[in-house]
Amino acid sequence: MEISTHDLWTVLHGMGFGALFMLAFSGALAELYRLSAPGAPTLPSQREKNLMNAYLVAMVILAWLTVFSGAYIVYPWYRAVPPAGASDLADYPRRLLLSSGKTSEWHNVGMEWKEHVAWLAPIAMTMVAYVTMKYGRAITRPRLMRTAVLGFAVAAFVATGVAGAFGAFLNKYAPVRGGSVIILKEGER
Amino acid sequence: MSMSENRGGSGLDVDSIPNGPGAAAILAAGIGCAVVGILALAGDASNAIGKLLNFYNPTGTLSGVTTLAIIVWLVSWFALNRSWRTKNVSMGWINVAAFALLAVGFLLTFPPFMDLLQGK
Repeated sequence: MEISTHDLWTVLHGMGFGALFMLAFSGALAELYRLSAPGAPTLPSQREKNLMNAYLVAMVILAWLTVFSGAYIVYPWYRAVPPAGASDLADYPRRLLLSSGKTSEWHNVGMEWKEHVAWLAPIAMTMVAYVTMKYGRAITRPRLMRTAVLGFAVAAFVATGVAGAFGAFLNKYAPVRGGSVIILKEGER
Repeated sequence: MSMSENRGGSGLDVDSIPNGPGAAAILAAGIGCAVVGILALAGDASNAIGKLLNFYNPTGTLSGVTTLAIIVWLVSWFALNRSWRTKNVSMGWINVAAFALLAVGFLLTFPPFMDLLQGK
């Protein structure tokens, strides 16, 4: 059982940071709604506020780790340029996709959208965390602040979903390969 | 404890917290999202701009698009916060502007829409 360093970073970017960030949305959206729902019967305790703040800060950190690891570690491998005359494009995912009309739109639409739209998520989520931590339940006064916070949180979720879905498909049709091999476990045969 | 006490996350009376800092963060987030889209379109439409945005060659134009978007977002947040930190502003207009800018960010990063604008 072995994995290459490029595979490992791709998994860390997509599953370690991105998927964990995406999974955290369900909890964040439910808690943000509960916190700011009109007529909420109880005020959150200090412990609940601290927990919510830590949760949101962790989401913001995951969001930024996802986009920076994607743009500055994985993406350069994706767009690597093959040497002139190279016929095996397996280690050059962008060129591999563009080499066929059956796969070129995975790059032209999928990667081109994913690489940009993903950056909306950390910007939006940083705002959501800041406003929620600063105002707490006060975001319901006026309710429009609550609308902005929930709207941008949903937008961050959608942006992450687009980037994550295209990332999964792109890695299926043109996986990022190469790098040093890390042997995790030797098999008997 | 009365209902007006300690409702904000900061522990302050809810009515004593101006909405300006929150509005500044919301509008700045919209600006940051829009700038990602505008620069992505500019880099795609013009080779010269694309080359200017190539801050880090392994990442290409994306490096300049995102670096500049982050700078514009943070600078606009700082400037708006300085202007509004003690004020109450009209959240209705702030929300309309922020969501419109967010929509610009989504639309201008969507390649078929970028192509449509460029007549491709």
